[in-house]
Amino acid sequence: MANILVVAEFSEGTLKRTTHSAIAFAKLAVAAAGGGSFDILVMGAGLDAAAAELAKFGAGKVLVADDASLKQYTAEKFAPTVSALGKSHNVLVAAASAFGKDLMPRVACRLEAGYAADLTEVKAEGGKLVYKRPMFAGNAYGMCQVQTPIEVVTVRQSSFAPAEPAGGASPIEKIKAEAPCKGAERVEWVEFKQSKSERPELTEAEVVVSGGRGCKEKFNAILSPLADLFGAAIGATRAACDAEWAAPDIQVGQTGKIVAPKLYFAIGLSGAIQHLAGMKGSKVIVAVNKDPEAPIFSVADYGLVEDLFKVVPDLVERIKMARQ
Amino acid sequence: MKILVAVKRVADPDNANKVTIPAGGERVDTTGMEWKANPFDEYALEAALRLTENGQQPKTRAGEVIAVTFGPKECEATLRAAMATGADKAIRVEAEDDKLDGHLVAGALKTLVEQEKPDLVFLGKQAVDGDTNQVGQILAELLGWPMATFVATIQEEQGALLCGREVDGGSLHVRVKLPAIVTVDLRIVAPTSVYSLKTAKTFKYNDGVRFASLPAIMQAKRKPLALKALKDLAADQTLKVKYLRFEAPPKRKAGIKVPDVATLVDKLKNEAKVL
Repeated sequence: MANILVVAEFSEGTLKRTTHSAIAFAKLAVAAAGGGSFDILVMGAGLDAAAAELAKFGAGKVLVADDASLKQYTAEKFAPTVSALGKSHNVLVAAASAFGKDLMPRVACRLEAGYAADLTEVKAEGGKLVYKRPMFAGNAYGMCQVQTPIEVVTVRQSSFAPAEPAGGASPIEKIKAEAPCKGAERVEWVEFKQSKSERPELTEAEVVVSGGRGCKEKFNAILSPLADLFGAAIGATRAACDAEWAAPDIQVGQTGKIVAPKLYFAIGLSGAIQHLAGMKGSKVIVAVNKDPEAPIFSVADYGLVEDLFKVVPDLVERIKMARQ
Repeated sequence: MKILVAVKRVADPDNANKVTIPAGGERVDTTGMEWKANPFDEYALEAALRLTENGQQPKTRAGEVIAVTFGPKECEATLRAAMATGADKAIRVEAEDDKLDGHLVAGALKTLVEQEKPDLVFLGKQAVDGDTNQVGQILAELLGWPMATFVATIQEEQGALLCGREVDGGSLHVRVKLPAIVTVDLRIVAPTSVYSLKTAKTFKYNDGVRFASLPAIMQAKRKPLALKALKDLAADQTLKVKYLRFEAPPKRKAGIKVPDVATLVDKLKNEAKVL
């Protein structure tokens, strides 16, 4: 029996889609364990709409900590409420987003629980949940079990297709936020500088167009027309982010965003191990690079050895024609 | 300013695809791969060095940096390298690599913090072998210190750090009062990422981490390196997560090279059916 607590991610006034992947994990874990249920906890300020939305997924109940003091996230303010509710559950899960990765290790610590990060699969062996997780930049997978009575995990968004509303309405229960962690008064939330983008979230897009060092200062000019054709998200390598051609939060790779879209364009990027770790789960990979030896070609379904500045505008025109 | 920096050695991350899983899957084999410092930990060290010097050329030390690692005797190479780039002293906690997990390391670090009384603990946001990303967060909870994770910019203020955190959708700026825990992200080693109170706002560091000069490498051999026993720092050494076995990732089937854009578009339309 699995009794799971899903920690929803609510930020800047919206319920994040990462939450739906955590719910998907909860449903799979309940099925693997041969029974049980899951509750969803959402924390923040102004949560009525989010709570109503979360009530549609078949949860046992939706727990709502709606408090002005929780408007701005810090782990120090959120962890105590999660760990207090965690005591009546045996698996606590959040998505392995910046939010989940920041928060959940602290929750685990408060509960003296083991923590398994960035899971890609859940099953059961001998009546106990077994988790699969990537290590060594995705070059090995560890199958692990958490040894403590309460287990705390985060799940890779691209590995758990977002849960769809199941109909019905879970009861919504308002709860009180717990007092913050020791030290919370010494952290001050100053400001959130949002990176502007009209494009879909990288981790949710069906098509991703990524560029690397080869795109040079023309990074956006060269990639945007191709991305526009598909309503795609734009991703980048570390080199492109370090050069400030792209915002840091669109870096694709081992320690950045992990994506698995239906179609991935790798433009002017060599395919360092760290980058491959973030995209090799994509369904179809197209690579354009001048260097025939670039490692990206070892994972690409279709590779074109050419100058990207010639290829990409031509590709855009020909895709338009092919669609007519 | 006294900063404790946790450093872990990892199998060469730029050759991570060379790890193998022997039949039976009992372990991940990194035989033949070079040991390197975890890149994020090197960045944590660089950030700590920047905060404890005056930002002039030549730079003058204006604080103390202590590098700490957990592992067998060979790990001292990692600590000597840290001291060659500028750390003032080092501590090795004797331990076996596969008998550690994040909780245990964080618990032992807590005891070290109580002994050394630093103003800050700097760590990489994650080690690129286990890829978990947890020690800084757990340590903050154990100490009851404020934390800033995934930090890409630091501006020192009187008794505090203003930290820019790389998070989904932008950067989140938090001010943490000392003593505090900071885990660093990639961009912390950019030329204008870290400013101490003594560093002029116009000063630009070289991009990336600094390299050790030959004289510094020689001097590092004489810097103090203390040895501690894990059992003296953490009473309970039970691991909270157990690995049953390891598996190799599925291989992607080899693709093809296409001669021109027309062929590519034809394949995308008629073979992959993604247009």
